[in-house]
Amino acid sequence: MKKSTLIVMAVVVVLFLLSWVLKASALQPEQGSYILRGFLVTFAAFLTLAVMSFLYQDNPFYKFAEHLFVGVSAAFWMCMGFWTTIVQNLIPRLSTSLADYFMVPQRPEGLNLFFYTPVILGILLLMRLSPRGGWISRWPLAFIVGTTAGLNFIRYLRSDFIKQISSTFVPLLGTQWEGIGPFLSNLDLSASGQLVLLLSNWVVFLGVFTGLIYFFFSKEHKGAFGVGSRVGIWILMITFGASFGYTVMGRISLLVGRITFLFGTWLELI
Amino acid sequence: MKLKLFVVSLVVLLSFSIAFAQEDTLTVPPIPPDSALLPAAVTGLVAKDTDNDHGHAITLKWQPSADDGAGRQSVAMYEVFRWVPDLMTRIPALRDTLEYLKLRTGDGWSPPEPGSRTDSIHNVFASLDDAQLEERKESLEQTISQAIRDLPAAHAAYPEDGDWQQVAVAPAGSATAADVGTKEKDTPDYLPDYSDFYYRVDAVTADPAIRTASEIVGPVQSYGQWFNKGRLAVSVFVLIFGLLTIFFVQHARRGADLYVRPMAGIEAVDDAIGRATEMGRPILYVLGLGTADMIATIASFTILGRVARRVAEYQTKLIVPAYEPVVMAVAQEVVKTAYYDAGRPDDYDEDIVFFVTSLQFAYVAAVNGLMLRELPATNVYMGKFFAESLLLAETGAVAGSIQIAGTDEIAQIPFFIVACDYTLIGEELYAASAYLGREPILLGSLKAQDWAKAGVIALAVAGLALSNLAVAYDWSWASSIVDFFRVVD
Repeated sequence: MKKSTLIVMAVVVVLFLLSWVLKASALQPEQGSYILRGFLVTFAAFLTLAVMSFLYQDNPFYKFAEHLFVGVSAAFWMCMGFWTTIVQNLIPRLSTSLADYFMVPQRPEGLNLFFYTPVILGILLLMRLSPRGGWISRWPLAFIVGTTAGLNFIRYLRSDFIKQISSTFVPLLGTQWEGIGPFLSNLDLSASGQLVLLLSNWVVFLGVFTGLIYFFFSKEHKGAFGVGSRVGIWILMITFGASFGYTVMGRISLLVGRITFLFGTWLELI
Repeated sequence: MKLKLFVVSLVVLLSFSIAFAQEDTLTVPPIPPDSALLPAAVTGLVAKDTDNDHGHAITLKWQPSADDGAGRQSVAMYEVFRWVPDLMTRIPALRDTLEYLKLRTGDGWSPPEPGSRTDSIHNVFASLDDAQLEERKESLEQTISQAIRDLPAAHAAYPEDGDWQQVAVAPAGSATAADVGTKEKDTPDYLPDYSDFYYRVDAVTADPAIRTASEIVGPVQSYGQWFNKGRLAVSVFVLIFGLLTIFFVQHARRGADLYVRPMAGIEAVDDAIGRATEMGRPILYVLGLGTADMIATIASFTILGRVARRVAEYQTKLIVPAYEPVVMAVAQEVVKTAYYDAGRPDDYDEDIVFFVTSLQFAYVAAVNGLMLRELPATNVYMGKFFAESLLLAETGAVAGSIQIAGTDEIAQIPFFIVACDYTLIGEELYAASAYLGREPILLGSLKAQDWAKAGVIALAVAGLALSNLAVAYDWSWASSIVDFFRVVD
């Protein structure tokens, strides 16, 4: 390890200890376990800064935060998976004695032997760890992928296909169309006005129409078809631009949350 | 004098008697509302099982009261009542007791607040020891289970041992209401199927005491249907789409050359693999955060197979960090098969595909670190992505990698477009798997999808015209065709 790296690490350790002492002493009058609380706030601030240091370049502090985050989360989800899925949901359906052993309540509907199916599939999935029986694990994988793909097929067909068709059935001239004369004489430019309603209905129709042309793969996008495809991609890009701005605003609020923690909870400057 | 005293005493006694008698007359029972104020009852009440559902619901229809919006206009609302056996009303109380016993026999028990409902239960069981409490708990669990099993018989005993309970309220002007329960036996809203239910509907005025009950209807039973007729359109399209797929798959198997337009993102995959080989740097393939049942992940497996095969042929290094254990297992199979197909089974390493973690930002932290340490020549992001898309793509750009992305998550596509060299938008991801694989099944299904899209365009135009004409010319037949596409959830 380089000497400069060691010096930086030593400085960070000293700053950490200093922050811990100062934070704990600041908390002392109001908190019972002020030493532990001071440590937790300082450690959270250290991890926040360690992750942010990635913006400069990869470094040992980022690596520490990364490995801690990955290790803790992997262990956490394994425990959650075991206690919520296997113990809480599976065991009460399979065995009363095991349910008593794990102190989980019995299901009101009693035991259900159908739940041995996921147990068997789970054991088959673990067969991949066996050098000779690894091929057996393909069966539960095929079951998982096949059944869920089949189930999703119906769901997507309903939500993305048929509902898309019915949502395109919009009144292109509005519901209160009485001719061009009355329309122009009563022109209303407000968001709930007839002009905006008309425009939005036309955008819905043309957007679906040209968007589908863009996603048509069996024909080269040339001529009139190509024009439709170009309009389609323009509509898509405008939609993506709006979505981008909206999501970026959400990310800014996350950053504000972290800054508030650093300058408020930790440094108490705001 | 004695006589005078006697008379005065008699008068005083008589006065007290009259006073007491007057007090008695003050506590007369309430006078029933004047029948002239009562609203007319609803008529033609019909209760039947709710159609196109999984059971546990009853729909009621009636003719509104003559005083609803007409006559005296006195009806403010309708209250729907179901006859509920005493057994059903006892179950929530039994559950409260069971909940108390569970808390009492579990860890972290603390005495309830004095005067609370739990405190009143606690007073009954306070003197019992742990063994007795356990015994009571088990006995109570059995009692509740038996009570739930006895519910149909208790309903059949109408009108013995039960009372009317309000189950729905409908505003004035309504002619229908639904009594919707749940199938969960351990919830208060549980409504047992195949049980005899009896209903009545009260027409209620602004003064809730002034109301008129309808005639009682019943017995009616709830039950689930095998087919949801509201989704007929779905079954028609499944059939059409299935037939189209079979037709085009057979067509492709017979050797027909099915055209698929080139996609820049996919054309770039082979170039990117070649670039990685020349630079002697690895290829990072990220399957996203989707589970193995998501269409985007399934499409990504096919593309991974193609990439892995090329990687095996060029003897380049491939890195596939997985977010989900089942996805990892499938990806390992895909990569292994690709190495076997390329004729290089010895080069396959189990650690090509490895599990990281199932926490979103921990996974991002690990993959970002990997990018800056391994410096892959090419990053491929194919699958389901969420808030991590820009974090991954930006880090990849900083690392100087060629980046190719594809997802059907609409909110994330903009981030890939701005940070990656090539992006497959939405369905292009599915098409890419067919384009790369050139397998008859994939090509056939892609062609079927294209025909389905052509069908959507045609139906959308026709439906649009019909719906507009139906409004303009009041064509009811056109409206019924349009309604066919309005699928019930």
